[in-house]
Parts: sequence; C-alpha cells; structure tokens
Amino acid sequence: MSKATGTFWLGRYDTVKTRFSILKKIRWGRYAVISIPSLWLALFFFIPFLVVFKISLAESAIAVPPYTDMFGWNVEDAILDVKIKLGNYLYLFEDSFYLDAYLSSVKIAGISTFFTLIIGFPMAYFIASKSGSTRILLLTLVILPFWTSFLLRVYAWMGFLKKNGIVNEFLQGIGIIDQPIQMLQTDFAVYIGIVYTYLPFMILPLYTTLEKLDASLIEASKDLGAGPIRTFFLITLPMSMPGILAGCLLVFIPAVGEFVIPALLGASDTLMIGRVLWDEFFQNRDWPMASAVATVMLLILVVPIMFLRNGKKEGSE
Amino acid sequence: MTQETTIPLWKQDGAKPFIQIKNVTKKFGEFTAVDNVSLDIYENELFCLLGGSGSGKSTLLRILAGFEELTSGQVLIDGIDMANIEPWNRPINMMFQSYALFPHMTVAKNIAFGLKRDKVPKKEIELRVAEMLSMMQIEEFAHRKPDQLSGGQRQRVALARALIKRPKLLLLDEPLGALDKKLREETQFELVNIQDKLGVTFIVVTHDQEEAMTLATRIGVMGNGIITQVDEPRDVYEYPSSRFVAEFVGSINLFDGRIYEDDVEHVKIKSKKAGCNFFVNHGISCSPNQKVTVAIRPEKMKVTRRQPDQEYNCLYGQIVDIAYMGNLSIFRVKLKSGKIVRVTLPNLVRENRNPLTWDDFVYLAWDYDSSVVLTS
Ligand SMILES: Nc1ncnc2c1ncn2[C@@H]1O[C@H](COP(=O)(O)OP(=O)(O)OP(=O)(O)O)[C@@H](O)[C@H]1O
Ligand SMILES: [Mg+2]
Repeated sequence: MSKATGTFWLGRYDTVKTRFSILKKIRWGRYAVISIPSLWLALFFFIPFLVVFKISLAESAIAVPPYTDMFGWNVEDAILDVKIKLGNYLYLFEDSFYLDAYLSSVKIAGISTFFTLIIGFPMAYFIASKSGSTRILLLTLVILPFWTSFLLRVYAWMGFLKKNGIVNEFLQGIGIIDQPIQMLQTDFAVYIGIVYTYLPFMILPLYTTLEKLDASLIEASKDLGAGPIRTFFLITLPMSMPGILAGCLLVFIPAVGEFVIPALLGASDTLMIGRVLWDEFFQNRDWPMASAVATVMLLILVVPIMFLRNGKKEGSE
Repeated sequence: MTQETTIPLWKQDGAKPFIQIKNVTKKFGEFTAVDNVSLDIYENELFCLLGGSGSGKSTLLRILAGFEELTSGQVLIDGIDMANIEPWNRPINMMFQSYALFPHMTVAKNIAFGLKRDKVPKKEIELRVAEMLSMMQIEEFAHRKPDQLSGGQRQRVALARALIKRPKLLLLDEPLGALDKKLREETQFELVNIQDKLGVTFIVVTHDQEEAMTLATRIGVMGNGIITQVDEPRDVYEYPSSRFVAEFVGSINLFDGRIYEDDVEHVKIKSKKAGCNFFVNHGISCSPNQKVTVAIRPEKMKVTRRQPDQEYNCLYGQIVDIAYMGNLSIFRVKLKSGKIVRVTLPNLVRENRNPLTWDDFVYLAWDYDSSVVLTS
C-alpha cells in the first residue's frame, strides 16, 4: 500500500517537472519569435533614430563629421563636458519657413492619400470581385511597375507632362487647347506623381480586406432592404476600415517625406519637408539642423499613429 | 405537429398558390444546378426542401431571394412576376446558412437593420426590436457583437433579424445546421411555434430528413437539381414515389423483382434475392413481366423464430449484427442469397428472457399493405 502511494507521488512529481520544462520551452520560443522583429526594429529604426536625435542636439562645425561632439573630456581637471544645443529646435519654430514646409508636406501628402484611396478602392474592389486567374493577373499588373526603376518612371512622367509632351500634344491635336498647358513643375504634377507611385501601396491592403469580406454579408444587407449604395456605406466601407487605415498610412507616411517627386515634377516653390531636409544636409551642410528637421517630422508622423492605435483599442472594447 | 382539422390549401381545388415556381432552370456555365423545377407553395406553409449536398437547394432559395438570375422560367410571388424586382424590393427575407450577421454591429443594431432601411419611426423600431429580443430570449445579449455569442445565440439573432420586417415569405437555409442535437430539436419546435404565431410562409432548406419530418407541412425532395416528389411528410415516408426518395428518406430495404401475376386487386412479384415471393394487395399500373422494386421499411417487419403461417412476404436468414440504440435495436439479417436486410425492433421490456442474438435464424414477415412497389 505504502509502496503504491510512493510511486503515485513519484509519478506526479515527474509530470509536474516535465510540465515545467515544457512551459519554459514555450516561453523561450515565444521570446525568440517576438525578439526577431524587435531586434530588427531596434537595429534599423531605433538606434539610427537615436543617432539622428543626438546629432540634432549638436552645433554645426567645420569638421569631419561637420558637427560638434556632445561629450568633451577635459583631461587635466577630469571634467566631462556635456554640450546640448536646443537652438536647432527653437530655430525650427522661429523661422516660419520650416512650419510652412511641414504644413505643406502634410497637406500634399494628405490630399494625395485621399486621391489614392478614391482611385485605389474601386480598383481593389474590382480585383477582389474577380475569380482565380483573372485576380492573379490583375494583381500582377498592379505590382508590375515595381520591376522598373522608380526614377525612370518619374522621368517618364516628365515626358508625359512637359510643354511639348504627350499629354499637351494630344490635347492640342484634338483641339481642346491652342496653347500648351504648364503641367510640369506645378503642384498638380506632384500630386500625379505621388498618387501614381503609391497607388499599389493603397490597393494591396485594400484588396486583402475586401477579398476576405464575406459576400453573404452584402447579400444579407440587400435582402433586408438596403440598395447597393446603402449597402456599400453601411457594410462594405466599415468592414474594410482596417485596409483603408493600413493603406492610408502606407501612402501618407512616405509621401510626407517624399523628396524625389517634388524635386523632379514640382515647381521650385513647391515646399516639402523632404526637400528642406536635402537642402540643409547637402547644400548648407548643416547636419544638426537637418537632424532636427527629421526628428520633428518623425514626431509628426508617429504621434497620430499612436492616437489611431489607442482609438482602435478603445473602439474594439 | 397538431392535426389540422381544415383541409390544407394544397389539397383544395383552385386554391391560389402564394409562390409559383414555373419551369425554372438555372445553369452555371454548362452545369445545371436547378433543372426545370415547377413548384407551388401556399400561404402559411412550412415547406421543407430536402436533398443531399449539391442538389441545388440553396440555389433554388437564392433564386427566390433574387440573388441568382434565372436561365429560364418564371417565379411569381402573390401573383407578381419577380423577374425585374431587385432583392431589396422583394417581400422576402432570408436567414443565411452562415447567419451572415454584421460583425461591426451589435445584436440590437443587426436586428434593427431591416426596419431602419424602411424608414420606420425610431420609437416603433425600438419597440419592435425589444419585442423580438424577448421573443427570441436574447435580451441580455442586445449590446454584444456577434463574435461574442455562441452558435445557438447567433442563430436566434439571425432568425430575429430575418423576422422583424414581418416578411410574407421567410427563406431559411439550413437554419439549424450549426446546433447540437438537443438544441436543434428544441429549436425545431420553436420554429414551428413562431411560424404558427406570425403566420409567415416558411421555406426551409435542410439535408436532414428527420428535421424535415418534424418541421414541414410538405416536403419537396430534391436531387440533382430536380424535385422528385412533393408530399406531406407522412406520405413521403410511407409512399415514396421513386427509388431515390425511398432511399433518401429514412432507411429502407429494396428488392429487385419481376411481376408474375397482375390483377386489379393485387400483384405478385418474384424476387431471386429475397428467396420468396411478394404479394401486394393493391393494383399498380404496369405491364406484365415488368421489372419493379419492392421496398419495405425496417420497422414494418415482424421477427420470429418460428415460421409464420404466411406464404408471401416472408424472408428467412441469420442475424449477423445487432446494434442497441436504447429505444430500439437494429438487426442486420443475412439471407441465403447473401443480401443483408435491416430490421428494427422497439425495446419494449427492460430485460428480455430470451433475446434474439447473433447467429440466430429468424423469419421476417410483413403485411400485404406494408410494402411499396417502385417502378422508377
Ligand atoms: N456560383 C456558382 N458557380 C458555379 N457552380 C455553382 C455556383 N453555385 C452553386 N453551384 C453548383 O450548383 C450545385 C448546387 O449547389 P447548391 O449550393 O444549390 O447545393 P445545396 O443543395 O445547397 O448543397 P448543400 O447542402 O451542400 O448546401 C453544386 O454542384 C454547386 O457546385
Ligand atoms: Mg446549401
């Protein structure tokens, strides 16, 4: 009898032990899975950001690299000099030029995002409504432009939009206009460039959510008396909100910092923060100022995303 | 169901059908999903479409709801041709196979959806939603989202949403498919009650013949896009019109045979497989020597160890398998020809002193009016 009890306890002890080791394994596995993207973020996002942030607190100098050190070591008296300059940030807000550039960037990016959404949604909807092979073909067509260089495609647009370009010649040819219209080097051209370039980033997440949308929900709505337009606004649109949000962020964020498109297609007075950054960096060689501009831009982008995330969490509860 | 005292509409001459399906065909490319179906359904019916997977039940329902265009034929509801009437203008609501509840709306909003589209005053909407919630006993879930409900609760919400507009016709596509057996049976009776109370015409799709038996005023048996038989549940079971229906509804033993005596009052049929001759005490329209199938339900046979005093309709074989089901036992009896016959006996007493057991030799006999002769 006592022997039996002994074995019983031993058995139990064993199972407890193995359970513990399994738990440990699971936990380690979980950490490993989480740590890979975290490491990636730390390596390629957070550390570079810290470097940029540090530079933004320095003073520009004629040196290599062209800014002063944050930490100075006075050997004789063993004093650690820490020099932090906040002037770059102050200057950002003193000179309305920067503020204007930020606002203009956000405006251009916002309007472009809106148009990519308006154009991308029907395209994504159309692709999602097709079946099998047609779908794959259409998706390939959406991604196809990525196979050629981005710069090349922007140059192609210059060819389209210039004074004696294809669009003007066509419009003149059919007699709608007598004089060529100035399209290149206008804000209009910048909008076209951004919308064109970022359209796939809008279409793909939209397509993924629309494709998952259960067709019977649409039918149920119609069955309950809602016509196609109402069904769209009451069911399709709210149900595709995650895709819309993802698409808008994917377009808006890079569009705010866009440099190449406004530089090549825009007017000299098309004010965008990407260009300001470029000028500070390469023309003025003022690295600290450029870093301050970049840091603030990042804040402008990250803060709304944080809000969106919090809003979403509250909404789902 | 309670026995109706009045003659049902479908048995009255000249009664006006509520839904008329006339020679309806639906093709998907080359494939014919619904094949020249004609069917009349009357007001206040609870009509069951019964058929196997892929037989075209859902397609027929979707045609009524307006989601599939007809290849040919016509659908009339209350005498009105539905050809050019869009789904959102039809006096029909549907409960979907997957429930199709809107995941971004609460239960109450889901239920109110149909009324809001009709611009019903807000006060009335609130009243009717509350009424529906209490009828379905889901008041406490009113402010939950569908993904916070169990399968059975979702099913009630879907039913409430489809009923709230008080449609003339309610289509239900496998409404109880996701429920466990007990809940299923409860809900079946509830459905019948609701239908009684609201006086809505129901068409219910199911592939479960027991469910069809419980619910229906009439059953339409469907196979390969064709409706093979439309009858009251009892008649579908007792008088199947074809081999397909006989096999699909309940279980049945079939014997191929040949008519050797054809009289106005009776026919006699010879069957090699059975090892005996069959006697049917009613005439059937057939030619002499015609090949027919005799069908006998497992519960219609008497099982004895001693040979019954009966020349016809008497099989002899050995028990090869017994399944105890609680309320009844199923025996599989092997005839001399090797054919297996299925017999069920009710377990009337708790302890049987001399129970039938494996390898026992038994006689299986039935009355002259118990079998059905199938010519197709
Ligand atoms: N949109 C479609 N395109 C092509 N074929 C279809 C389509 N819809 C249905 N079918 C085919 O039509 C046939 C009937 O389908 P239906 O959905 O009506 O079957 P069902 O009787 O409801 O079956 P289940 O009990 O499995 O729901 C099936 O063979 C199906 O493959
Ligand atoms: Mg179906």
